[in-house]
Amino acid sequence: MPVLELSHITKRFGALVANDDISLSLEEGEVLALLGENGAGKTTLMNILFGHYVADEGEIRIAGERLVPGQPEAAIAAGIGMVHQHFTLADNLSVLENIILGTQSLWSLKSNMTQARAKLVQMSEEFGLIADPDAEVGTLSVGEKQRVEILKALYRDAKILILDEPTAVLTPQESDDLFVTLKSLTAKGLAIIFISHKLHEILANADRVAVLRRGAIVATVDVKDADRNSLAETMVGEKVVRPKLTAFSPGKPVLTLNQICVAGPSAEPLLKDIDMSVREHEILGIAGVAGNGQSVLADLLSGLVDAEAGWVELLGEKMQKFSAAQIIEKGVGRIPENRNTTGVIGEMAIWENVISESLRSENISKFNSIISKPNAIKQAELLIKQFDVRCDGPLAQTGLLSGGNIQKLILARALSAEPKFILANQPVRGLDEGAIAYVQTQLLAARERGAGILLISEDLDELLSFCDRVAVMCDGHLSPSFEIGSKTIAEIGLMMAGDFIQEQRSMANAN
Amino acid sequence: MLELFEILLTTGFWAATIRIASPLIFGTLGELICERAGVLNLGIEGIMTIGAMAGWMWVYQGGDLWGGVMFAASVGAIFGLLHSIFTVYLGLSQHVTGIGITLFGSSLSYFVYRMLLPSASTPPKITAFQTYKIPYLSDIPIAGEALFSQTPMTYLAFLTVPVVWYILQRTPVGLAVRMAGENPVAVEAQGIDVLAIRTGAVVVGSALMAIGGAFITMSAFDAFFFGMINGRGWICVALVIFASWRPGKALMGAMLFAGLEAFQVRAQQISGAAIIPYQFYLMLPYVLSIIAMIIMARKAKYPQALLVPFRRGERV
Repeated sequence: MPVLELSHITKRFGALVANDDISLSLEEGEVLALLGENGAGKTTLMNILFGHYVADEGEIRIAGERLVPGQPEAAIAAGIGMVHQHFTLADNLSVLENIILGTQSLWSLKSNMTQARAKLVQMSEEFGLIADPDAEVGTLSVGEKQRVEILKALYRDAKILILDEPTAVLTPQESDDLFVTLKSLTAKGLAIIFISHKLHEILANADRVAVLRRGAIVATVDVKDADRNSLAETMVGEKVVRPKLTAFSPGKPVLTLNQICVAGPSAEPLLKDIDMSVREHEILGIAGVAGNGQSVLADLLSGLVDAEAGWVELLGEKMQKFSAAQIIEKGVGRIPENRNTTGVIGEMAIWENVISESLRSENISKFNSIISKPNAIKQAELLIKQFDVRCDGPLAQTGLLSGGNIQKLILARALSAEPKFILANQPVRGLDEGAIAYVQTQLLAARERGAGILLISEDLDELLSFCDRVAVMCDGHLSPSFEIGSKTIAEIGLMMAGDFIQEQRSMANAN
Repeated sequence: MLELFEILLTTGFWAATIRIASPLIFGTLGELICERAGVLNLGIEGIMTIGAMAGWMWVYQGGDLWGGVMFAASVGAIFGLLHSIFTVYLGLSQHVTGIGITLFGSSLSYFVYRMLLPSASTPPKITAFQTYKIPYLSDIPIAGEALFSQTPMTYLAFLTVPVVWYILQRTPVGLAVRMAGENPVAVEAQGIDVLAIRTGAVVVGSALMAIGGAFITMSAFDAFFFGMINGRGWICVALVIFASWRPGKALMGAMLFAGLEAFQVRAQQISGAAIIPYQFYLMLPYVLSIIAMIIMARKAKYPQALLVPFRRGERV
């Protein structure tokens, strides 16, 4: 009998069918991968399984028993443990407190900490998941937090472990460690479901893979019968070819950073002695695990934070402090990290968002103060056409567009003036394959025109296939850049963990 | 100058400090419980007002004193429930709802007071809680005299501090409350009802606030009149930040503010004090509290989910 059986699960959010008649089963000791693009319905399905959502139709059976829908406590009692993509941990509380929440009756007069601590220590030894029970969760690294999440599930005697995009926030080495741990768990009889859109990870670690597309399962195959290309095609539904880099000899630098430091709220600076340069016809990639200073760097180059020391030379002008308005005036194209919050204003119309960076242009505002709406709408219509934004025209509300179309709108705004320097922060995150190919084609066209592009991404595969050079960020430090192909993934992984910082220090000391 | 220091050596000063601190302790702990669960309760000023009126009215209508305290707490709890329906279940703005509760609570207090006592021109009095000297302990000079000859409600206030600390830090339900204020999704993922936990915290916290209000009419004074809460609720909101959301520090903060208040009253009466306008003395506790709050609260760890409503099954 399968340990888990989902039959005919359907879930709708308004008009959107997030899960469409999904049936799945899972055997003991098996690792099942759920593959699909963003928005394919993977996370929704797992949230139904764990009781965060209630399915509109269908039922779930665990070891033959019907699971009460919509109750996480029932799912936990049935032996389901979930490691969410965004950790469900409280940073200000200790590891032990995070783990024992919900394990004791709420009305007992005393938390039984001694017993809980003993069980935790025994468990972490048994499964090789080391965690200090008294450490405050906020002080742990991302990899350690994930271990705490897994321990939390195991503490409640999970038989089925669900991991939602577990490697999205890990360095390559940490990912390897995670899969070693998972393997040892399946050896003890646990069944595992992990959600991913990384094909190599699935091929290396899963037994079986279920492919979701637009809410429905389109294939379930044994991994040994699958290969990269067939999986990719099943996932996307058509053959999509990402554009390839053509060789260009880079020109003169468009952006140079010299010994840039940015102070933070604590004594530790957010950016430390950053040196780099981006040249014409070149894409420089910034790799690194999220939260290591990439967004500060992007804010700096957008004119949102000031450097404390060092200088920036942008398109031939040396500057120390500059505002966002100055950056726009210099003609920098910016693709912000979060398209919905900082990229566009969802409540406003498309034309308003499109012209928001060209408010001072004579074409759009008269006497620098009165907007000519007809002209603005005309320009918006032009860009909508040129960048193939699928919408109901320039008057439509921006927030109603899909992610891919919002990104096209931002590209239209950023690229239409043919900028010489482009800051692209996570430009393809969360987009489907078709939109990714489109964004990349546009960026490559800009590179061909002579633009220098700084591409920040957490997806190493994306960087390695799409950049001329890559530099790695860790803890506010930036490594020297290297040509694609000159380093292995393992070497880059070590850099992401901060290896190069030591080297930089010892070199600085030697000088 | 020397006279100013002599104030600190008088029993009267310390006794007053403890008396002034008592309602602030109740209010601050109440607010602290709400905020620990992730709900800001700006209804505190109104809840203290209605607590003051309800407790006093209970006794004035012939009920006994502790019954009045219980009645005030129940009325506070009902207002807490009202606040949580809006902020916890409907996820509305905690600021706006809180201000609304304050306006509603204060107005309702005055309305009910006038309805029941339409013709009272001077506020009628009740027999309030009397000083209860704890044998032997109250004989200790200064500290004992100040601390152990107070009313029973003051003892209750000081006793509430360790109780709230113990519940928050040492019991499963306290852990769930703290977690609900840090990361409600984590609470739900462990199979606990976030909305119930938050509602419970707001109800209990509001009951404590109302007891703090009742202290004013049933222990500090013996009558109810308009405007008598006089911003104490807002002081409590500030004290919670001063206390970095910790019960022990909340006690410290309440004592500090009360001490400054007791000190300024006495400092005004010293010969030569009139050189400085009396408004300066009145201002002193507030200014010093603000300075102390800035120093203390800089490294405070905010409950991460404070002000963030939790909606089940919502797409993130």
